[in-house]
Order: sequence, then structure tokens, then C-alpha cells
Amino acid sequence: MTEPVNNLDKIKKSLSRRNRAEKRFRWYGRLAIFIGLAAVMVLFTDIISKGHGAFRITYIELEVTYDQDRIGVENLTDPEQLANGNWEALPKAALRNEFNDVSGRRDKRKLYGLISSGAGFDLKDRLLANPLLLGETEKVWILADDDIDTYYKSWLDGEPYAARMSAKQLQWIDELHAQGKIRLQFNSNLFTRGDSREPEQAGIRGAVMGSLLTLILTLLLSFPIGVSAAIYLEEFAPRNRWTDFIEVNINNLAAVPSIIFGLLGLAIFINFFHIPRSVPIVGGLVLTLMTLPTIIITSRAAIKSVPPSIREAALGMGASKYQVVLHHVLPLSLPGMLTGAIIGMAQALGESAPLLMIGMVAFIVDIPAGFSDPATVLPVQIFLWADSPERAFIEKTSAAIMVLLSFLIIMNTVAVWLRKRLERRW
Amino acid sequence: MTQAATAEKKKPTKKTVAKAVNSLDVSDHQATVGKNFADNAKMTMRNVNVFYDDKQAIHDVSVDIAKNEVIAMIGPSGCGKSTFLRSLNRMNDTVDICRVEGQICMDGEDLYSPKLDVVELRARVGMVFQKPNPFPKSIYENVAYGPKIHGLADTRVDLDEIVENSLRKAGLWEEVKERLHQAGTGLSGGQQQRLCIARAIAVSPEVILMDEPCSALDPIATAKIEELIEELSQNFTIAIVTHSMQQAARVSHRTAYFHLGRLIEVNPTEQVFTMPEHQLTEAYITGRFG
Repeated sequence: MTEPVNNLDKIKKSLSRRNRAEKRFRWYGRLAIFIGLAAVMVLFTDIISKGHGAFRITYIELEVTYDQDRIGVENLTDPEQLANGNWEALPKAALRNEFNDVSGRRDKRKLYGLISSGAGFDLKDRLLANPLLLGETEKVWILADDDIDTYYKSWLDGEPYAARMSAKQLQWIDELHAQGKIRLQFNSNLFTRGDSREPEQAGIRGAVMGSLLTLILTLLLSFPIGVSAAIYLEEFAPRNRWTDFIEVNINNLAAVPSIIFGLLGLAIFINFFHIPRSVPIVGGLVLTLMTLPTIIITSRAAIKSVPPSIREAALGMGASKYQVVLHHVLPLSLPGMLTGAIIGMAQALGESAPLLMIGMVAFIVDIPAGFSDPATVLPVQIFLWADSPERAFIEKTSAAIMVLLSFLIIMNTVAVWLRKRLERRW
Repeated sequence: MTQAATAEKKKPTKKTVAKAVNSLDVSDHQATVGKNFADNAKMTMRNVNVFYDDKQAIHDVSVDIAKNEVIAMIGPSGCGKSTFLRSLNRMNDTVDICRVEGQICMDGEDLYSPKLDVVELRARVGMVFQKPNPFPKSIYENVAYGPKIHGLADTRVDLDEIVENSLRKAGLWEEVKERLHQAGTGLSGGQQQRLCIARAIAVSPEVILMDEPCSALDPIATAKIEELIEELSQNFTIAIVTHSMQQAARVSHRTAYFHLGRLIEVNPTEQVFTMPEHQLTEAYITGRFG
């Protein structure tokens, strides 16, 4: 035994060193959190600053006359006449009417370039919704072309981007602005329309629906299968070489790059089972393969976290194994399983690589209505838009990312809320 | 009972105890001393061996548990008393590597016969665990669980009655009757353990096994449980494992002393604590080791 006085001195000496180490460690932690937060902040600022513009879009007010002769439609209920109608003529006439001094083919082309190429069809929809307008004249806010939109927004921000504008067009816009006939409106097209080659007409509705359909299928397949597998492995399966082998393989599958699952889906579901390409069925199946290991692993962890004393209590009461699982283990592990499922779903929602393999990368204008309609998904839509040359797609891309991120944030919040809500103490 | 003769010869000293402990290995088998058999046996165990893989936890134990008696099992940590207790309602089945040999019968029926359904067995042999483990459900649901899964109550009224009776028998009714639908896990430790006892007796088992039921409780809660055990012994056969020799002395009619997986001595409790037959028993109860 050393003398106690010596020990005390030594302890005192080491004390300041230990305190310093602790302090240092705390600062490392704060630094790490700061770096993480800063990265998130930079990401969000970048995306929001680029994407916020996409939620508003330029409209031009024109006086439109629904001239029956010009459209070439006599009966508004005849689909064939409607399909063949010269709808484009309506906004063009309105433009010529607004700027009646414009002559010459080239100038007229530029003039028509002020508005979206889909403006005629928007007017058609408007007319069909209210057939009484036929022959009448009204003031309508018409969607502007994406180049005009890009220029007008940049001009409002004080840094005009006029690279794709002619001098005449700049002048017309000045005139329209002076008369208050050009303005920014909420861009509802972004949320109600499918994809388009024309940025001003492109929306994420198709991609959102595609993602939704794909995810519904993924959830319906992967949650029951994953939970059943987890329960069987955890509660019923004997511990032997086979279950070890299965466990190792499940853990391996969780780490397999997702594009491999896409190739697998291509080889099996499309080439072997001949399921059509680009449809949410295949997407759902592939994402199920990808999500299953995650769900199995989190579900097993949730089952493991149920205290063995509860199982013993139920077994001791004479509950059968099945009753123990159904009455006690499952309710107690459900929050963990749901959390795992939602995290798996969030992963699947953000996944693009495997879907590229099975053709969900196609340019699809129609909004999918069922599991067998061709569709694309949000991350793939982002990928497609990011690849498009039109400048207006830059802000659209960021807007789509914002929508995707908000879905992810909502899902993760729900996961946390569910866990808090369903968690029971013992 | 030749061991009894040698055991009572001398007061065991530290040395002789050490010698006795050392002499207890597998090759040198010793028979149980005392009155390990009973005339009105509820459960009979003959030559029971329990193994975990290759390791033998219980060596050749033969003992009877009489009807409506409280038998206490005492012994130093790791002596196999809990293992033995858990083989009486086949709770050891849940441990993959555990293997039970020998004969364990209740009312002459072999508990390890393949014909016997373990669910039925556990309805007849209830168990109370070391740590209070109420289900994370309401007090009512806790007690009603057993009757529900075994279909003992036909109507809601029957079930209410079973729950009330069980809680009354467990001495918990007055404390919880106002909050039957609150969480059972919100009770104090002692109350939780009595809730577990109420849960066990709700299915009217014939035998109740208690695995150190008071080791996680304070002295006052312990006293209540001990009182309860005494009352329950009028209707139930009880086997209790305990670390506390005082507790064994207070609640049990007979005491079994386990040592390193062997049953050393079984005798009426009074005798075990006043004039034990075996020197190991004496060494243990006088606190020379344990």
C-alpha cells in the first residue's frame, strides 16, 4: 500500500488532465455536429435558392376571341372536330391583335414565341369547361414560353438573362410590363401536370403518382414478408448452421448496391416473367427486393428488444408460442418495425439506380393511373430534368428535389412520431 | 442414509467443509439425505439430470413434492436450484441447449412424455419469476390474460369475477380496485410481484413455482409476499427457490438443500435449520460458505 497522501496528489494531478480531455472531446462533438448542420444548411440554401422560382411562373394577359371559324369547330361535343381544331390559332390571333404593328414571318414567329406552345390547348380546355364562351371575347392570362419566363424572372431580380431573347421580344415584354399585362402567378402546372419537353408545361404529378404507386406496392409486399421472416427467424427458427447462413445472407443483401437489384429485376421480372417495362409493378417488385433486408434487420432488432421476461411470463401462463408472439412480442415490437418500414420506404422513395435498369427512366407525359401504366418516379424525374438543356429546367429540378425532400422529411417525422406514440414502457 | 451418520459426527470446521466440497465431484456420487420422499406426493422426481450442452447442471435428483406443502429450495448461487425448478413446468424447453433426463411426474403423469402438451402443463403448474414481469397492459388485462387464452371464462361477468378473486387472493384487490384499467407496470415492485402471483393463480393451477420471488423487493413487500405464500399454501402446492434462508425458514414446510447440482438434503424446515443431517447443509445454514 502506498500512502494515501501520495495517492491524493496523484489523483489531483491527473484530474486537470482528465478534465481537459473531456473538454476537448466535447468540442470535437460540437464541431462534428456543426459540420453536419453546415452541410445540410448549404444543401438546403442551394436547392431552395435555385428552386424557389419554379413555384411561380410568368403569365401574359391577352384578349382572346373564341372565333368559331378560326378554330374550325362547329360542334363542341364532337371529339373528332375537337381533335382536329386549330386551337393554336386562338392565342396567335390574340397576340397579333395585341401587337398589331408586327409584320413579316420572322417577327411573327418571335411574337408567337412569347407564349407557351401549349397555350392553344389551355384555351380549348377553358372553352370546353364553359361552352358559352364560343364566339365571345375575354381577357385571359396565358402561360408564357419558358425563355420568356426565365428572362422575366431574372429581369425582376435585377440580373436579366437575355441570351435567348431577340431585341423585339425584349421590347414587347417591356411594353407588356408597362401595361401590367405580364406577371408571375403560382405555378399550379408543376403539381398538376406530367412531364413535358416544354419546361413551362412540365410538372411532377406523373412522377409523384409513379412514386406513390411504386411505394404502395413496395410497402404491401415488403412489410408483411419482412415482418414474417423476422418473426420466424427470431422466435421460431432453431439456431443452427442454416439460420446462421440465412442471417449472413440477409445482412449481405442489405449491403448490395441497389443497381444490382435493378439488374436482377430486369433479368427475372422483365426477361423471364415478361412483365412490361417501365411500370410500377416491376418498380415495386425491385424496390421490395431492395427494402426487404432493411425491414427484416430492423424488425429483428425490434423483436430482440422485447424483454425476455415478457416472453417468459406469457409462456409461464401457458400461452403457446404463437400466442406469445401475437399477444406480446408483436405489439411491443410494432413501433420499431414500423419505424424500420418507414425508413426502408424513404430509402426506396429516393432510389433511382435500380429503376433506371427496368426502364422507369422513360419520358412519360401521361399521369399513371394504375400499377400497369408506364410511369417514372421522382428521383428519376430529377435525373431526367437535371440532364435537360433548357435553362428553365434548372429551377424545376431544384423544385422537384424540394418536393422529394419534403416527402422524406414527412416520412421520417411520421416514423419518429409513431415510435413515440406506440412505444410502451415496461 | 449412511451419510447422515458420518455427517453428524463432528462440528464441521473450515477444513472439513472444504474437504466435503471437494469430495463432491461427479465420480463420487452421494445420495440425498433426509426425507426426500413423501406419502401424498403431488409431484415426483426420480433421477433427474439436467444438461446444458455437455455441462451437467443437475445430478441425479430424486425428490417428492407433497400436496399443499411449501417446499423451499436453498443453496449457494449456481447450485442448480432454479434450473431444477424450471424443469418442473418445462420452462427449460425454451433453452435450446437444455436437456432433461429422468422422470418428472405430476399425479403419476410423466411431464416429459411426448403426449403431454406443454401448454396444458403450464396451465396446471404456474410460475412466478424473480423479477416482477407484468405485461405492459392494464392490471385487469394482466390477470385476465390466462383465463382468456385458456377459455376459462364464458362471459364478461365470469371473467370479472375471476379477476377480482385472484386479486383478492393475492392481497392486491383493495389497493388496485379503483384503477384496474391502469397499466400494471405502474405499480410498485411489491405490488407488481403480487400482480404476477394473481395472474398465476387466475388459472387455478395445482402447483405454483416461485423463482426467488422476493429477491428484487424491499423487506416490507417481502413480508407481504411471504404472508401471501402462507395463505396460498392452503389451496396450492408451492415450490419456492430462495436465496434467503430466513425466508425458507419462515414460509416453507420442507427445505431442500442443493449444492453444485446435487440435492444434498431434504428435511422438514425446522429440522434443517436446527439440526441438519448433512455437514454441507449445516455449513451453509451457519454461513460458513455460500
